[in-house]
Amino acid sequence: MTTTTAPKMKRVAMKTIPILRPRAPTDDHPLVKIALSAIAVVFIGLFLFMPLLTVFSEALAQGWRMAWDALSEPDAIEAIKLTLLVAAIAVPLNMVFGLAASWCIAKFDFRGKNLLITLIDIPFSVSPVVSGLVFVLIFGLQGWLGQWLRDNDMKIIFALPGIVLATVFVTFPFVARELIPLMIDQGKDEEEAAATLGAGGWSTFFRVTLPNIKWALLYGVLLCNARAMGEFGAVSVVSGHIRGLTNTMPLHVEVLYNDYQYVGAFAVASVLALLALVTLLVKSVLEWQFADEISATHRH
Amino acid sequence: MSLVIEQIAKRFDRFPALKGVSMEAPEGCFLALLGPSGSGKTTLLRILGGLEFADVGHIQFAGLDWLSLPARERRAGFVFQQYALFRHMTVAKNIAFGLSIRPRKTRPTRAEIARRVEELLALVQLDGLGKRYPSQLSGGQRQRVALARALAIEPRMLLLDEPFGALDAKVRKDLRHWLRSLHERLGLTTVFVTHDQDEALELADMVAVMNQGRIEQIAAPSELRANPASDFVAEFLGQNAAPGVVPLRTAATRQKSPTDSRGYATY
Repeated sequence: MTTTTAPKMKRVAMKTIPILRPRAPTDDHPLVKIALSAIAVVFIGLFLFMPLLTVFSEALAQGWRMAWDALSEPDAIEAIKLTLLVAAIAVPLNMVFGLAASWCIAKFDFRGKNLLITLIDIPFSVSPVVSGLVFVLIFGLQGWLGQWLRDNDMKIIFALPGIVLATVFVTFPFVARELIPLMIDQGKDEEEAAATLGAGGWSTFFRVTLPNIKWALLYGVLLCNARAMGEFGAVSVVSGHIRGLTNTMPLHVEVLYNDYQYVGAFAVASVLALLALVTLLVKSVLEWQFADEISATHRH
Repeated sequence: MSLVIEQIAKRFDRFPALKGVSMEAPEGCFLALLGPSGSGKTTLLRILGGLEFADVGHIQFAGLDWLSLPARERRAGFVFQQYALFRHMTVAKNIAFGLSIRPRKTRPTRAEIARRVEELLALVQLDGLGKRYPSQLSGGQRQRVALARALAIEPRMLLLDEPFGALDAKVRKDLRHWLRSLHERLGLTTVFVTHDQDEALELADMVAVMNQGRIEQIAAPSELRANPASDFVAEFLGQNAAPGVVPLRTAATRQKSPTDSRGYATY
């Protein structure tokens, strides 16, 4: 009996070996994977997707017609125009400032470099309302430059220049933050190589530096644009809320909402949301289109 | 037309990298700057290439006051230790770069540039790889692309920073012979930096042994072996003069780890 059962048991034991094999060190238990994925899906659904859906469904609660009427009202049109205009001025400015700042931080060594990096982050750490107030203090009628501005017939606060200034300030870090780590990581070898091959400053920038950072730059610009169109706090302080004149879309949403015009408020809000979605879509399409090139320019 | 270096000194903050270096090398010479890390050899090479500026001293080359020329007017072909290939350009575009950025008046035609690129690809034995990106090449191939790119501008001199530093031993040996034969064909004045005495003694016409910002001795390899001028030279050459021994100690201190190489995986 013993001679026949012993080999059998051995065979059974051998069959179980694959099951007992330890998991790869980076491989988690299936339950852990499922639980983590579920948490992520629920969280994204609740906090990202639902609000977005609500915006659109509230806008269309009383039909397309009502939503359309709310949007084609003169004040709403002015608000949309103003928002696009402010973004069209602020974003290119910040693209140039961000590029310049990250260029000098990444490619040159100088005293106070860390201070500059910290300064770039100030708009992120200061409350937008405070930054708005700072501009009122400087350019407002009672502000430091108020008298001089009035004498020279210039209006900054409660006018377009103030809104642009506040937006530029609040959205400044987006491009720079995106570029600095990448440019520091890439170093200046390629620029040096370009110089030894006879390239001047401009051709080095346009043919070597810029192509290497263009995806990060695009990403930074898109984020900057999204925030520029959506900025509320700082703009709210400097704009003066003059309907049809200095109300941007986020401010107009607030005005309508406070007037109990929910359809109008959500209709304008959904245009804002759509603009944001379009920016993200553009980014994804570009990334998909140029996948090869992106993988070639990044470290791997 | 010879290369004359006179009393070049350079300090970084308080650290003196070069303390008055002088030497002369005839035209067409294959000169090795040999020394341990921190000896100032790479700094001297970068000063020759115009990427670093000397605090004092003169350099004359090809009848020119070399240091008064900015890097981009020197036409010194520079091959970087980590190659510094333009990662967003194909191999062919990399090689063509120096020609295609010339001002319109002196720029060759498109067809002429394409022809030059083909020639150079053949010269560095990379025919048919022009459409690849640098990330799709092996270390040895990248190194040859970097060389082709430097040669494309018809350089007055060739500067190589640790040309074999990031390669494995086998490729290193092969490339060494190939580079020597290329030098004989082109006859360009070539300066290369190395910490590997075998490499320096085998490749170069003249070897400058450097230590702590000074030149300890400059001589032909045979002379260097026969009459080392100082204890340092004797010790540095002696420490692994045995044939076929890879100098692990110096290699480990000098070579950069794969993670801090810029964007190029070293497999």
